[in-house]
Amino acid sequence: MTTANPLLTRDVRDLAESSLAEFARLCQARLGGGERLVTLFGRPDGAHDARTPGDIVVTAVFESAGGSLEVLRARAEPGARYPALTVDHPAAQIYERELWEQTGLQPDGHPWLKPVRFEGERQQHMADYPFFKVRGQEVHEVGVGPIHAGVIEPGHFRFMCLGEKVHHLEIQLGYQHRGAENLLLQRPPMALAPVVESICGDSCIAYAWSYCAAVEALSDRPVPFETDVLRGIALEMERIAMHVATLNGLATDIAFLQGTGTYGRLRTAVINASQRVSGNRFGRGWLRPGRARGLTDALRQDLRQTLTDFARDLAGINDLMCSALSVKARFQGTGVVSTKAARELGLVGLAARASGVAVDVRSQLPGRLYDRLPIEARVEQSGDCWARMLLRMREIDASLAWLFKVLGDDELDLAGGDSLLAPDTPLRPDALCVSLIEGVRGPVVQVLETSDQGHLLHYKVQDPSLPNWFGLAMAVRDNEISDFPICNKSFDLSYCGNDL
Amino acid sequence: MFNFPKSIAVRKAQGSQYIPDLRAAVPGGFRGKPVIGAADCESACQACESACPSRAITLDPVRIDMGRCVLCGDCETACPSAKIGFNSDVKLASTTREGLTISAAHPDIDPIKVSAELRRRYGRSLKLRSVSAGGCNGCEMEINALGNVNFDLGRYGIDIVASPRHADGLVLSGPISRNMVNALQICWDAMPEPKLVIAVGACAISGGVFADCEPVDRRFLETFKPSLYIPGCPTHPLVFIAGVMDLLGIEV
Repeated sequence: MTTANPLLTRDVRDLAESSLAEFARLCQARLGGGERLVTLFGRPDGAHDARTPGDIVVTAVFESAGGSLEVLRARAEPGARYPALTVDHPAAQIYERELWEQTGLQPDGHPWLKPVRFEGERQQHMADYPFFKVRGQEVHEVGVGPIHAGVIEPGHFRFMCLGEKVHHLEIQLGYQHRGAENLLLQRPPMALAPVVESICGDSCIAYAWSYCAAVEALSDRPVPFETDVLRGIALEMERIAMHVATLNGLATDIAFLQGTGTYGRLRTAVINASQRVSGNRFGRGWLRPGRARGLTDALRQDLRQTLTDFARDLAGINDLMCSALSVKARFQGTGVVSTKAARELGLVGLAARASGVAVDVRSQLPGRLYDRLPIEARVEQSGDCWARMLLRMREIDASLAWLFKVLGDDELDLAGGDSLLAPDTPLRPDALCVSLIEGVRGPVVQVLETSDQGHLLHYKVQDPSLPNWFGLAMAVRDNEISDFPICNKSFDLSYCGNDL
Repeated sequence: MFNFPKSIAVRKAQGSQYIPDLRAAVPGGFRGKPVIGAADCESACQACESACPSRAITLDPVRIDMGRCVLCGDCETACPSAKIGFNSDVKLASTTREGLTISAAHPDIDPIKVSAELRRRYGRSLKLRSVSAGGCNGCEMEINALGNVNFDLGRYGIDIVASPRHADGLVLSGPISRNMVNALQICWDAMPEPKLVIAVGACAISGGVFADCEPVDRRFLETFKPSLYIPGCPTHPLVFIAGVMDLLGIEV
């Protein structure tokens, strides 16, 4: 049985282009059959052939139950309409909204057709967002943001409250939109790593890996297994560092200051180790097309020692945090997202796993790395802030176990090698590459398409936060508004990842 | 009952975490400042300039604008003559935009002149409001780290505050996305005089890799010039600390 791969390359000439109506029907059938919609997006068709310029080419990627990635394509006229998938399958909601916002195609009957990030002509119209309102004398409406009290990215949260209880939360994003997808088409494809790393700076390893794997596949230049191992090391260090940051934030938000102090300095230890390897606390520059910075014997031992000390002290503070009654009182039963809701909304990554939905690219699409060196995917069932806290603690433990195993395996040569792909390395023409990496929050999805000349035609970037913000909105319902900060922190989603 | 032994054990393992002398701290492995060799470049070579993702490099002679530099190191990799390297220098901040350019002949950022006025006013208390206007969360996380138990910038009375009403300075990160223009202005207007702007990171100083993107609108900074420019991508806490301590004349 072949291993399911998190990367798929297809020749676009082999991909049949349906009509938009037929495409919608095919997507409905797949969603109805239980397949997971990984992404759905469109791009304007350049006038590369005799067909009418101005068409929209639509791409959908599904993950079948058997663990394979499959692509559907359609061609539509500008402004065309089709029956919205969201009506029967809410998991499609954000992708159809983005498709509408980016291409103008109209999903008829979509119950929530609102801007995703106010890009293009909608820029600076943040005030025009059509919030749902609850009418009534006792209803009060609270608006928070875009700028918030702490050091955090901007987003607007509009609460409709009855007393202290939140009846409805609506989240409006787009403040961080910088035009990243367009920027990726402005520079040589082999030179995009610094840009990719800046789209979502706290997940730069996941983003860089997704990108590197894609351009390596598109240039038919696979990397050695050991390069993937090094990338896996970088990724798990990023995961640990960000999970500790979230635990720090959760502790701070409930004034559990021992947690604040301890998780804070523990994070420092991990990111300083990443800096010793890569020159940067976030791991920028660690990965480039064709290579990953290697570990000398000294650095390898350095990492093992750092992580050993880290693991010991982390266990102590985790234990303390989990046994404190004040922590339990705040987190248990707060911000619940049921398994049913998580599944129906198409939540991904950590937020889904905390609600009992076992989705993880590393276990479902392991590829050669996680096939040979598996990492245990953890799941919690209660879907509350407590689950999202506990799951992070457990994921750090799983990451540490993986890292100790890999770093301690003398058969693995982790010295790295200088096999950087030259800036002018050509890409395969007429190719579509779908590249997934399980980042801290969930699957980072990047889809690259080349023209018949081998130029980059389109670069779709999708952060796991894109579908997950809706999960936060659901989590806060029927909770007290004063619990919003811990709900938000327990998801710890990316604003800039959503906004691009 | 609260678990006293566990609490003590954690407290003991934590020990004392603060860095006593922030001036003496060396960030191990930090790719912090480009070092440009004095030897001639190969004829007609533009490798470093082409490799740079943020147009930080100009040639004849090789100069790097630290306000644009994202410290990616791709110029070092691209250079065929090994002219460019990096060291861990944390003195990267400047009070002028022009002061951020380095070259073989001018390898260091000019020292910040302490402003007696700023020292008198803010030398013992500087409250800062953070605004991320299109930031990627890198600078934001490092700004957050300033107040942690290791760096403890609060020891100098330098804190991040929750409201512009309480702030002396605006710490700006991100290139200024157009969708944040209004909110940024409202926040600035809400800050009482006297107030200053500190630009943190390549995006804030110059737009960084996003400088030429259409959804970026940087006019705010043409009107309200930063008093301090702190390079980085993201800005390392020790670089921020060196810059602010220099500006306020805080020695240790």
